[in-house]
Amino acid sequence: MNAIQLDPQGGLDALVELLLADGFRVVGPVVTGGVIAYDDLSSGDDLPTGWAVEQAPGRWRMHETGDQTRFGYTPGAASWKQYVFPAHQEVLRIRRTDGSFAVTRPPAPERPFAFIGVRDCEVTALEVLDRVQLDPDYPDPRYAERRRDAFIVAVTCAVPSATCWCTSMDGGPVPQHGFDLLLTELNDSDGHRLLAESGTDRGAELLARLPGSLATPLDRSAAVAVGAADTDILAPKLSGKELPTLLAGTELHPHWEEVADRCLACSNCTMVCPTCFCSTFTDHPELEPDVASRTQEWASCFQLDHSNLGGRPVRASVSARYRQWLTHKLATWTEQFGTSGCVGCGRCTTWCPAGIDIVQETLALIGPAADRDNTDRDITDRDITDRASDHRDSGHRASDHRASDHRDSGGPGTA
Amino acid sequence: MTRPTVAVWKFASCDGCQLTILDCEDELLAIAAALDFRMFLEAGPEEMLDHFDISLVEGSITTNHDAERIREVRERSGIVVTIGACATAGGIQALRNYADVEEYTRHIYARPDWIDTLATSTPIAHHIKVDHELHGCPINKEQLIATITALLAGRRTPVTSHSVCVECKQRGTPCLLVSEGTACLGPVTHAGCGALCPSINRGCFGCFGPSESANLPGLLEVLRVAGNDEHEVLASLRTFNVTKFDTGATP
Repeated sequence: MNAIQLDPQGGLDALVELLLADGFRVVGPVVTGGVIAYDDLSSGDDLPTGWAVEQAPGRWRMHETGDQTRFGYTPGAASWKQYVFPAHQEVLRIRRTDGSFAVTRPPAPERPFAFIGVRDCEVTALEVLDRVQLDPDYPDPRYAERRRDAFIVAVTCAVPSATCWCTSMDGGPVPQHGFDLLLTELNDSDGHRLLAESGTDRGAELLARLPGSLATPLDRSAAVAVGAADTDILAPKLSGKELPTLLAGTELHPHWEEVADRCLACSNCTMVCPTCFCSTFTDHPELEPDVASRTQEWASCFQLDHSNLGGRPVRASVSARYRQWLTHKLATWTEQFGTSGCVGCGRCTTWCPAGIDIVQETLALIGPAADRDNTDRDITDRDITDRASDHRDSGHRASDHRASDHRDSGGPGTA
Repeated sequence: MTRPTVAVWKFASCDGCQLTILDCEDELLAIAAALDFRMFLEAGPEEMLDHFDISLVEGSITTNHDAERIREVRERSGIVVTIGACATAGGIQALRNYADVEEYTRHIYARPDWIDTLATSTPIAHHIKVDHELHGCPINKEQLIATITALLAGRRTPVTSHSVCVECKQRGTPCLLVSEGTACLGPVTHAGCGALCPSINRGCFGCFGPSESANLPGLLEVLRVAGNDEHEVLASLRTFNVTKFDTGATP
């Protein structure tokens, strides 16, 4: 693995420029509509500068820090899923001609994607999605086209949020694999800089063209320290590996009904989930005679008709739908695909309008927290911010601002 | 079905859903080529046939005369499609259902004795069998065209009843409720508009009526915790679909 030091401004500008010149469609985090979401980048300037994010169950707030931090926030509103598995896409178009059909399919994307700012949980999420969509028996050709040759620029998480729980799901702040380049933002007595490391040959090839200086051993140990600090903050809440066993036999647990009282069955959790892969196909006859199209759209197990069998839903109650989602995600996915369906990114918790917390609900289902180790969940954004700041010499984070906007209630529905 | 005959009927309504038909603009010629509009006063045609293959019905039933007329429409029609919140839920005029309509007429009209109206505004489906319903205030153009093409092809109409949240996520609109605390009825509202209001930074105000599994008490609690005024939230449920968003509380 090669490593260099990059300037946080010029280095990212050069990175985006080189990837564009190499023919990639470059996508990364941008500030848009009050959130950080992913969008096409035309230059390194499009990446956020000086933003911090608070996440809690059912709550997202962000504010400017006044500093030059480039990656001081956690994964945003949407996931990379939207690029490799779009929310809505035309699959084919059919025209009837003289007793036959002419079928045309949309062309494959012209350029492979380059994703900048992929977190460890997101690298894993793409791999989880790959196992589903590129299953040798049932591959999704459109997914394969979009995923092919995607260039992954991963980023070490410096400031996880209160809804993150990757360490419970075998992940952590520092991506270990699945990237072409890995960036780690450092801001200490040696200055503000990005440490860039390569994970593949083509990553090393790009690294060689970036305008940076060779990283010293000190740089890399500092980068590891960032990750180690966060691992400490994010002590595992539960053991993801044990969940298939622990959740088996909870089918009739009264807690499913308790969740259903709060659950709005709105499908937000599944839409923001980076691994939820359910979709539906719709045929559209057009006004023009003898022409029809077929589209594929995201679907959700919270939709009533999702479980229709013989015209009737098998999972009519919301409790049955929540149970299906949670147990599939955390337990039966393993039996089906060989990994958990959850990477611990916390999006389902942050973006649930009712603030339903997947960790809390799971703990309620599998038994008293006292029976297991490391089940303390009383970590707030402020704790994380303050403790993260302790590991930074500059102490540049506007913790006062954070504190003033902080709500102890943790968002709607958690009281 | 080859170029079916079509009637568009108006009951108690504002004509906005009829205008959505005319608002199809780019598709209008294709629609006119596919459908044979014989009765559509808003657009001109006025030919009473014994039988219309398709009737599009806008508006609610608020008078005895209309209660009779809708039965006649049913008898003359092959397929009846109700369009809009008035026809499917009774409309905003159904606020009368929770008040004294005589008191309303006394306050509003110079000669209340000239007003002959029912005490309630009711959806078309309370009076006749309805084959398909298109929700919204007004209806959505794409849903209308999809319904027309499905009827022409003899297919099931592709109207899904899940929440507006699904449409926000599919178009990439971040959740206003989560990111700003905005009062939004999207989680309990029937999809179909394409999440129009949230896309311009406004909370959904529920003009498509409740979604299939609407958890109103759950959403009211969420909005209360987010700091919204309870009275205003309840008021937001008492608009175009007041009869469908039943909170159990008297408006």
